[in-house]
Amino acid sequence: MTALGKLFRTTVFKLSFTYLVIFAIGAGLVLGGIASNVNLLLDEQIGQTVQAEIIGLAEQYDTGGIRNLVEIVERRSKQPGASLYLVTTFAGQTLAGNVSTLPPGVIDRPGLVETSYERPNDKGQSSSALARIFLLPGGFRLLVGRDLGERENLRTVIIRALVTSLLWLVGIGTLGGGIVARRVLRRVDAMSDTAATIMTGDLLRRLPTAGTGDELDRLAQNLNAMLDRIGELMAGMKEVSDNIAHDLRTPLTRLRNGAEEALRTARTPDEFRAAFEKTIEEADRMMSIFSALLMIARVEAGTSVGSTTDVDIGEVVRDLIELYEPVAEEAGVDLRCTVATGLLVCANRELIGQAVANLIDNALKYGTTAPARSSTHEGAAPPPVPVIAVSAARSGPAVEIVVADGGAGIAAADRARVLDRFVRLEGARTRPGSGLGLSLVSAVARLNHGQLRLLDNGPGLRAVLCLPAVEAGLVREPAASRSAAVPAEVGG
Amino acid sequence: MKILVIEDDAEAASYLVKAFAEVGHVTDIASDGLDGYAMAREGGYDVLVVDRMLPRMDGLTLIGGLREQKIETPVLILSALGQVDDRVKGLRAGGDDYLSKPYAFSELLARVEVLARRKGPGVGEPTSYRVGPLELDRLSHKLMRLGTEIVLQPREFRLLEFLMKHAGQVVTRTMLLENVWDYHFDPQTNVIDVHVSRLRSKIDKGSDAPLLHTIRGAGYMIRDSAR
Repeated sequence: MTALGKLFRTTVFKLSFTYLVIFAIGAGLVLGGIASNVNLLLDEQIGQTVQAEIIGLAEQYDTGGIRNLVEIVERRSKQPGASLYLVTTFAGQTLAGNVSTLPPGVIDRPGLVETSYERPNDKGQSSSALARIFLLPGGFRLLVGRDLGERENLRTVIIRALVTSLLWLVGIGTLGGGIVARRVLRRVDAMSDTAATIMTGDLLRRLPTAGTGDELDRLAQNLNAMLDRIGELMAGMKEVSDNIAHDLRTPLTRLRNGAEEALRTARTPDEFRAAFEKTIEEADRMMSIFSALLMIARVEAGTSVGSTTDVDIGEVVRDLIELYEPVAEEAGVDLRCTVATGLLVCANRELIGQAVANLIDNALKYGTTAPARSSTHEGAAPPPVPVIAVSAARSGPAVEIVVADGGAGIAAADRARVLDRFVRLEGARTRPGSGLGLSLVSAVARLNHGQLRLLDNGPGLRAVLCLPAVEAGLVREPAASRSAAVPAEVGG
Repeated sequence: MKILVIEDDAEAASYLVKAFAEVGHVTDIASDGLDGYAMAREGGYDVLVVDRMLPRMDGLTLIGGLREQKIETPVLILSALGQVDDRVKGLRAGGDDYLSKPYAFSELLARVEVLARRKGPGVGEPTSYRVGPLELDRLSHKLMRLGTEIVLQPREFRLLEFLMKHAGQVVTRTMLLENVWDYHFDPQTNVIDVHVSRLRSKIDKGSDAPLLHTIRGAGYMIRDSAR
């Protein structure tokens, strides 16, 4: 496409052209309207002047008779720029005046009339005039008129103005439209060129802005913001996949080395069997890591995470406490539960259940080794039984599920980090786990427009999962205030 | 037992055939939905293992079609999707159980065997189960062992009920979590094991012929070992 053809096809140019046509029609209408109004005004003024003169002359006739009238008309006719006058007898014979020829019959019709006429020295060239004919008593006719040449001149001027202004309008409009279109086209071209380079892989390029704050600038700014967001997401995704690659290499290496070692050292069928069982165990662990990753990805994307219903948080927490209670007991942990009634949250029961289970599981794994005490009394009672206090209560517009332990806790600096995938703190690395548990809880919280807060339980960790509450018919406040005091208490 | 595997991934399908053959089951393969539908309609299978995403006819449509034809062969749905709503959709379409990939074969085998032995619809469940000296009455919620009542917690009772309902069959940990606790996630720690060992201490206490067995790498089974 040629540059000109491209110009003609731009939206701006088409718009300019449309405006041009509309403005031209408008200008024509305005000038036409002015012309016709001026015409009317002139006609009216002429009519009034003529009328006034006729009244004056008729008075002269009334007081001085025909002789007087003829005299006055003769005198006025000779003045420069005079009106048209004609006094005739009833038979049409001219008595006085400066009109030599009139179309036949005009002088016999009284009233206002537009007519052609000739002056005595016009030599056959007729002009047009607006005249009034008055029948004087006694059968004389009096004609007073004004030449319409002025009006014709004005019309000519107006038509010329119309044509000239239209020509200018079209000229300037086309030029202006072209210039504006080219300017816009240049900016759009710059933007689409930049977009093309971004598409080819230069993801750090941004669209140019003119700094004028106009719609193109706003478009460019928004597109740039979008590119930034995409960039962030891609960086996040890259980090995640790097993490995954790195963190899955460890168990894969373990798997491979285990198999290799078995191949090298195992001799008896039993040894082989044991090695294979270990391999399967390792593979199962990796599968569960994959499942957890997939789950987190699904939850974070917010797609296909199941239907949501009103979930009774109290019931979920009680069920899970019951599920984990034997494990806790076996580990010598006091698992306590304080649950208010009527805690409804609109969510997927499975996901909430898994999130709470992860929190309890975490507390059982990492929250039961009490921090080292500096001094112990001689012959003191055995160390207190570790406590994990789980509570669910209403807090303002939210339902708070709190899992508080008395373990080593998480340093303030690490609290945000542990929500990332595969992050495992020192001291936790030696225990089973994938570093995905809290990531999932955090993702579930975000999916449900809630929040996972990790607080200091002094000592220990206090994980608070806040979810927006669904207003139930009855929410018992006393239960909520009772449970609020629980996590702080530690003891047998 | 005769199993029809409807799976378009040839490698996965042949692995299943081999694995099922090792435990004595005969397996046929259909590699797309239409073939699978035709073969399943001819009948003669104890269980269908159906992948959800199949060429020519997807798994859920296939199951829906079979159910419309009043073919009530138990169906286990395999899916790479593995999310909660997929499970619900699959079961609603007429599937009987659901397993998401990747899965352990022991898990699949346990579920297929449970499905195959399931009584057809309309056959009510018995009001009591008996395994060796144990007798569980579902109506009165009582467990008797050699004339002595053993008191169980409600959840322990449900756990034992599920195990006894599938006596002689391997029941996996996830099956227990699904059926006794109604959760489908991976509980990570050995929560189920602890529940089972508690139950075992109650029912097998002082017995030289334990009933509740741990099947390594698979799950649990209750069985009258004296027989």
